[in-house]
Amino acid sequence: MSNVSVNTTHESTASAGFGEVADYFALLKPRVMSLVVFTALVGMVVAPGGIHPVIAFASLLCIAVGAGASGALNMWYEADIDAKMSRTAGRPIPAGRISRGEALAFAMPLAVGSVLILGTLVNWVAAALLAFTILFYVLVYTVWLKRRTPQNIVIGGAAGALPPVVGWAAATGTVSIDSLVLFAIIFIWTPPHFWALALFRTTDYTRAGIPMLPVVAGEATTKKHILAYSALLAPLAMVPWMMGFAGPLYALVAGILGAMFLYFAGRVFMSSAGSQTISASRRLFTFSILYLFLIFAALLVEQGFGLELTLAWM
Amino acid sequence: MILAENENGETEVTEQFVRRRRARSYAIAAILLALVALFYVVTIVKLGPEVLIR
Repeated sequence: MSNVSVNTTHESTASAGFGEVADYFALLKPRVMSLVVFTALVGMVVAPGGIHPVIAFASLLCIAVGAGASGALNMWYEADIDAKMSRTAGRPIPAGRISRGEALAFAMPLAVGSVLILGTLVNWVAAALLAFTILFYVLVYTVWLKRRTPQNIVIGGAAGALPPVVGWAAATGTVSIDSLVLFAIIFIWTPPHFWALALFRTTDYTRAGIPMLPVVAGEATTKKHILAYSALLAPLAMVPWMMGFAGPLYALVAGILGAMFLYFAGRVFMSSAGSQTISASRRLFTFSILYLFLIFAALLVEQGFGLELTLAWM
Repeated sequence: MILAENENGETEVTEQFVRRRRARSYAIAAILLALVALFYVVTIVKLGPEVLIR
């Protein structure tokens, strides 16, 4: 009798309770989380006034956990399409190491907890922004847009662009035009970054039924869009310097990297269909990650370590 | 594999399952302890140096 009931439970939740700690960590999308933490840190450092290192650490921890919870909720909802794509088939849920129910039970307390702890320990403006970011990523991007429109990553990109605004709010308790400029840079960076990925993963996206731009509108249209957004991104990245909250080191780095971004986007645009497009879009995708990291690193080094004054003197 | 049959034909949880469950329990304990430490340190920081003046 007892054997029968145990076996029934086993069959209905094949992977329940079998995940390793590393599988749960993988649910948090650690690579995305690291970029989120980094851009939030820059927002915090660039913000006027100081923030106590312990409060800054607590803020970054909450932002990291909130971002991780969003990633886990995304994997919970998208387990069906993750299983169809080679890039994501090895994730803990489609691979059968963690059940969807476990992922949801893991993610929800993290999402709610990160917001409540950020509000309690730091301030409620930052907490409200973090809550908005999580809700936007999960409900607007994952549930609503991703399977419905090729503009999914354009609008959904707002969630990924918000961390520096949250970081700024953690330091100051407000949202300013300066932090919104940092938001705008990541927002405009997101489409060419993901469309470059979609260009060399078109088969995957088609199989999963996700209406990414290359799937719906074709390669040529996607290339035009990538070039247009890149042409917008390069001058936009100079705005922090024009507005005076970034110095000459940042201007130099953003200028050179912006020209390189345009070059790589141009190579994608000029590439002929097939393997040439795949290799050009791969290069743009890889460079785009480096681009975002380096321009924010320039801001961090300049503002965080006081290099601005040294370079301004030169 | 979560369940296996022993030599008496009874179903029981595998050694691997128990090991993974134990690792998860340790991870949860470590996170809870870290959270307690975080709240303690942030409270001290928020109170400021005046907390030492009596």
